Amino acid sequence: MKIGFIKYILIFFLSFHSINLYSAGKADLVEQKWPFDGFFGRFDQSSLQRGFQVYREVCAGCHGIRLVSFRDLAALGYTNDDIKSIASEYEIEDGPNDEGEMFTRFAKPSDKFVGPYRNKNEARASNNGSYPPDLSLIVKARAGGADYLYNLLNGYKEVPENFRLNDGMYYNTIYPGKQIAMPQPIYDDMVEYEDNTPASQDQIIRDVTSFLAWTAEPELDERKSIGVRVLLFLFLLTLMLYAVKRKIWRDVE
Amino acid sequence: MQVKSNNYTGVKKWVDERLPVFSFVEDNLTNYPTPKNLSYFWNFGSLAGITLVIMIVTGILLAMQYTANSDLAFDSVERIMRDVNNGWLLRYLHMNGAHMFFIVVYIHIFRGLYYGSYKSPREILWMLGVTILLLMMATAFMGYVLPWGQMSFWGATVITNLFSAFPIIGESIVTFLWGGFSVDNPTLSRFFVLHYLLPFAIVGVVVLHIVALHMHGSNNPLGIDVKSDGDTIPFHPYYTVKDYYGLGVFLIFYLGLVFFAPNFLGHPDNYIPADPLVTPAHIVPEWYFLPFYAILRAVPDKLMGVLLMFSAVAVLFILPWLDTHKVRSSQFRPYYKQFFWLFFVNCFVLGWVGAMPAEGIYVTISRIATAYYFIFFLVIMPLLSKFEKGRVLPSSIASSVLSDKFESAPDQSFAK
Ligand code: HEC
Ligand code: HEM
Repeated sequence: MKIGFIKYILIFFLSFHSINLYSAGKADLVEQKWPFDGFFGRFDQSSLQRGFQVYREVCAGCHGIRLVSFRDLAALGYTNDDIKSIASEYEIEDGPNDEGEMFTRFAKPSDKFVGPYRNKNEARASNNGSYPPDLSLIVKARAGGADYLYNLLNGYKEVPENFRLNDGMYYNTIYPGKQIAMPQPIYDDMVEYEDNTPASQDQIIRDVTSFLAWTAEPELDERKSIGVRVLLFLFLLTLMLYAVKRKIWRDVE
Repeated sequence: MQVKSNNYTGVKKWVDERLPVFSFVEDNLTNYPTPKNLSYFWNFGSLAGITLVIMIVTGILLAMQYTANSDLAFDSVERIMRDVNNGWLLRYLHMNGAHMFFIVVYIHIFRGLYYGSYKSPREILWMLGVTILLLMMATAFMGYVLPWGQMSFWGATVITNLFSAFPIIGESIVTFLWGGFSVDNPTLSRFFVLHYLLPFAIVGVVVLHIVALHMHGSNNPLGIDVKSDGDTIPFHPYYTVKDYYGLGVFLIFYLGLVFFAPNFLGHPDNYIPADPLVTPAHIVPEWYFLPFYAILRAVPDKLMGVLLMFSAVAVLFILPWLDTHKVRSSQFRPYYKQFFWLFFVNCFVLGWVGAMPAEGIYVTISRIATAYYFIFFLVIMPLLSKFEKGRVLPSSIASSVLSDKFESAPDQSFAK
């Protein structure tokens, strides 16, 4: 009986592989291995830093990450000074000051990232009427998670002959309806990595996907490392309770 | 009025004569006689109680940081996730706690169905349980609205709109529920208030549930009454330790979800902020509502669908009068047992079609499954009560436990 139990528990945990109940049936996604998968998976800091660079150089032109504060970047391995200088590259509106005027100032580490547009309408106006969503939570907000994002960014293909592409749309095999208003954002060598990693398209997509997985779940590393200890403790405690139970019940029949 | 005497001495005696705390604990927790043959399925009641406490504690802590305003709710939840110390843990405990609560309670209910725990003298106990289920559903439905994501918003819109199916008063009911002419800020704040309130109503009903339970004690896998002291053991230490062990196993599952797959059972769309102008491709409720959702959509007529869905829970209330067979446990009812398992599988089928789009083959499947859901209760149960001949019951719990050891009774003994 006990073996049976352990088997069930194992099956239960192995089934976590499919990140979400509602993503079953998303067969067209090519599954990827991510360093942050599984019980012992953690974010890879250098990949996050590269992904952050890609975000800033490529995606930030159209997409915000409004839920992320500059100080959160400490998790990527940046020092306080790094963070201060990154923040100071952004300007935000503050105020009113003593004279009652609004003013702009350089961002501080406690501020959140500022998006490229002042509001949804401006965003739509600049993108042919389509709205580029905020990317802070995008990995959690799509069935398939990181795999979806990876496949989406890799999903730009030749337009098949009899496919009717609407004006200002781009053919993408992963996006629902197979056409998306976002032009293919990533090509080989479009960024020059500060750490000199060769910037193939695949590498860039991996890095930016990792980065956005982090913005969606910045607690992941801490969560998993606490989790491993909690489960280990619970396994031992439960085994012990089982033994005590056996002992107390020995003479009941 | 006569003072109840007790066997304590000193301060304990003095206190107990004035407020019977010690004798209460003794009567209801330590010496409380309990059938000795309870299986692990009897763990789920105490697990449900513990889950309720976890929900209330984590919920109150969340409420200290949460903002019930349609402009701020989504971001306040994200602030809990990102900026509040261990806020992510609190929120994931609460979110997955709701899932575990339903898993535990559904197992608890199927246990009752299988072993006939709703039969005399436990009818009121059973009805109180169904009341708890209803309150839980209302609580969870309103809780899911609070983070104000796309599924929160559209789930609330679809479900509250159901009431518009009622003739004449329908529209006014919906306006009344919304506090306006669409799901909006007033809806969110009243849902928050009710979501805070209802769990305490659940606590009240749980207390009654336990009072009713302790009138006649637990049912047991044989479904026969306790006949003598030989059939029972004191609750402590036997069932306290067994419940602790069960709690350990439960926590492994629950915290496994919390720490390693916290969003496994949730819908990704709820991480998109609510937008009244964008309807999600498929609006699906949380998994624990799916069987009822399937019943709702099985009929083409909206009002009929709504009535059927409510009847699906309401029918549980009258269960003790639909199944009047004298034998409680399915172990001694070979036919009921088969129909029960079919019903069990049928519930999963309903849950599965509930998640599918309401078109093509899925509609047919949902109709067949809905039909069986009601036929099981309204036709099969009364008929079996009349015609099924149960197997011979063991004379007592103690004797059955003994005979189990020497031969593989009671399976071979079909009654005439
Ligand atoms: C030229 C502007 C532009 C750039 C640069 C850009 N995007 Fe987009 N993106 C858009 C627009 C517009 C949409 C909305 C598409 C639609 O609605 O069809 C979008 C949509 C998306 C979506 C949502 C897809 C979905 O499932 O709804 C994701 C994810 C995304 N972009 C990621 C990125 C990433 C990662 C980068 C950087 C590598 C990036 N984008 C760069 C304009 C851009
Ligand atoms: C019967 C017990 C309860 C059940 C079944 C329940 C269920 C739920 C559910 C399903 C959610 C949505 C989870 C999500 O997606 O975020 C939720 C959120 C919430 N609940 Fe409860 N809850 C219960 C008790 C309570 C109590 C007692 C409180 C405190 C007053 C509370 C406060 C909250 C708050 C503030 C939220 C929003 C924060 C969030 O979304 O995480 N809950 N609840």
